[in-house]
Amino acid sequence: MAKYILKRVLMAVITLFIVTCLTFLLMNAIPGSPWLSEKTPTQATIDALNEKYGMDKPVLVQLGMYLEDILHGDFRVSIKMQKDRPVLDIILNMFPVSAAIGSIAILWAILVGVPLGCLAAFKRGTWVDSLLRVICTLGISMPGFVVATILLYLFAGGIPDWKVFPTIFDGTWQSYILPCLALGFYPMCYLSRQTRTAMLDSINQEYIKTARAKGLKNKKIIFKHALRNALIPVITYLGPQIAFTLCGGFVVETVFSIPGLGRYFVSSIQNRDFPIIMGTTIFLAAFIIVMNLVVDLLYKLVDPRINLSKGGN
Amino acid sequence: MEEKQKSGKLLEVKDLHVSFFTPAGEVKAVGGISYDLNYGEVMGIVGESGSGKSVEAYSIIGLLQSPGKVVGGSITLEGEDVLAKTKNEMVALRGSKVAMIFQNPMTCLNPVYTIGNQLIEALKAHDKNVSKEEAAKRAMEMLELVGINNVEKRMKQYPHELSGGMRQRVMIAMGLICHPQLLIADEPTTALDVTIQAQILELMKDLQKKTHMGIIFITHNLGVVAEICDKVSVMYAGKMVEQGPVDDIFYKPGHPYTMGLLRSMPRVDAESYERLIPIEGTPVDMLNPPEGCPFAPRCEYAMKICLQKMPPYVELGDNHRAACWLRVQEQIQKEQGKTNETKEVGGHE
Repeated sequence: MAKYILKRVLMAVITLFIVTCLTFLLMNAIPGSPWLSEKTPTQATIDALNEKYGMDKPVLVQLGMYLEDILHGDFRVSIKMQKDRPVLDIILNMFPVSAAIGSIAILWAILVGVPLGCLAAFKRGTWVDSLLRVICTLGISMPGFVVATILLYLFAGGIPDWKVFPTIFDGTWQSYILPCLALGFYPMCYLSRQTRTAMLDSINQEYIKTARAKGLKNKKIIFKHALRNALIPVITYLGPQIAFTLCGGFVVETVFSIPGLGRYFVSSIQNRDFPIIMGTTIFLAAFIIVMNLVVDLLYKLVDPRINLSKGGN
Repeated sequence: MEEKQKSGKLLEVKDLHVSFFTPAGEVKAVGGISYDLNYGEVMGIVGESGSGKSVEAYSIIGLLQSPGKVVGGSITLEGEDVLAKTKNEMVALRGSKVAMIFQNPMTCLNPVYTIGNQLIEALKAHDKNVSKEEAAKRAMEMLELVGINNVEKRMKQYPHELSGGMRQRVMIAMGLICHPQLLIADEPTTALDVTIQAQILELMKDLQKKTHMGIIFITHNLGVVAEICDKVSVMYAGKMVEQGPVDDIFYKPGHPYTMGLLRSMPRVDAESYERLIPIEGTPVDMLNPPEGCPFAPRCEYAMKICLQKMPPYVELGDNHRAACWLRVQEQIQKEQGKTNETKEVGGHE
């Protein structure tokens, strides 16, 4: 087990290295520069700025210097959006907001999506199943901003009598509700569909017949015997999805004006604030890698047949 | 294991009809079969795939999946009407009075729970008051009874850590943990290799003697039937074509289908490398069963009447009967012969 985790950590470091190099090179390959804004500075100013932030050297040299810096734990400072503020500081400041909304969103998505999936599987072919299918297909195919806009319209002013939630995120508990609903809707629908499929597969297995022949009650058959086997594909999906959702949905954060990491990440690209782009990318990548490791360890917990030490999963 | 051995009728199935209502139409999977099973008796049900032998067994234990439905007849277990029971009563019946073991031990145990967990669960489903320690003790006793050693270790193992034969032993232990009166074994040896098959059969025979339970043994392997059964029912296309004590079925088969089955079975005492003789043709399309005897289109002795009317049962001996027009004809001839004899005798007087 320890050996397995060590191996995975080593692989994670390699992955992060590749991600860092790729992002750095791509970032430098796109046209544009952080110094361009409404009033174009003089060439002398640009040169001075480039020199100050080490951007006058060849790209590969810059990459080498950057790698050296992050090895020392220095993620540099923002060069444009919040000038000279350390990137790590910014991320640690913004992530909690995204993470709070993200975790509530993913939590309700699991708590509602998995039971709904079970329900759909057991009522397959009935109107309940059809209704859930329509809702979930809608949820999966509708872009996030549409969901967010519909919610805003319904509960934040579009219908005068129903204005119960604020339109803009201000940190109060009421302002959490709509963003969490909007952000969790897609994973909820996806989870529900996935659970339904996995559940149907699991119900038709022979051990369910055995469980029935033993005289177990329906509840026990579903929740003890069928669900645990159905959870494996669900967990697979959940790992990276949790990482994504916690790091902030850009769309939802934009619609509700939430000062979260997702929105900041996108605007850092628009502003060519290179250190912030690098910092957030590495952070997100590390987070996804960690979540994937957690998922693999969870597999072992759910399914004893999985042998982690023998060549992974 | 039972203090006193019960005798008499354990199970009585009368004119059972089971149909599957599919979009393409009603499939009469079981079309009116009847039999009795006494305490301590082992009955084999043989027939090819799709002959309705499993469906018939599932309806006894209430495990028919929709769109399957019992549409007629009666099933009486220890004097109680099984078909009249509510869903909850059926849940209580399964695993306690009637247990079932299945064909493929590789997939019949839940892969994510330990052997011990699944055994204890079977016991606890019917005995709520049993303590954890007591249940574990009983489970280990059962494992020992079915010939598994090192039981404490086995209890903590997962199904994938056991071999196929071992898993079938666990399945049997699980079926018998509540001391059922009736065990339905749905091809329990088919998925195992031959040496393991023999071991499992030996075990079942042994346990049957110890517990004095009734067993319904579903199989398509006549060799297995000869090994373990007291009597045999031969099913074809949802109908019971022949029924009788195991010796009669093997030495005096009355139905051409039974004869065909016997001819297609390899024999150790064969003269030379004889070819096996298959039964020509294909099984009946159950959506459009033929009129008359369902076996007639494949039967080498088929007569005109076979294609028109289902034959009645003809008694061929003690508890031995077959549904075939050939036997009906023989009987008529015999009776005519008898009457002729009496006439002749009368003439001389």
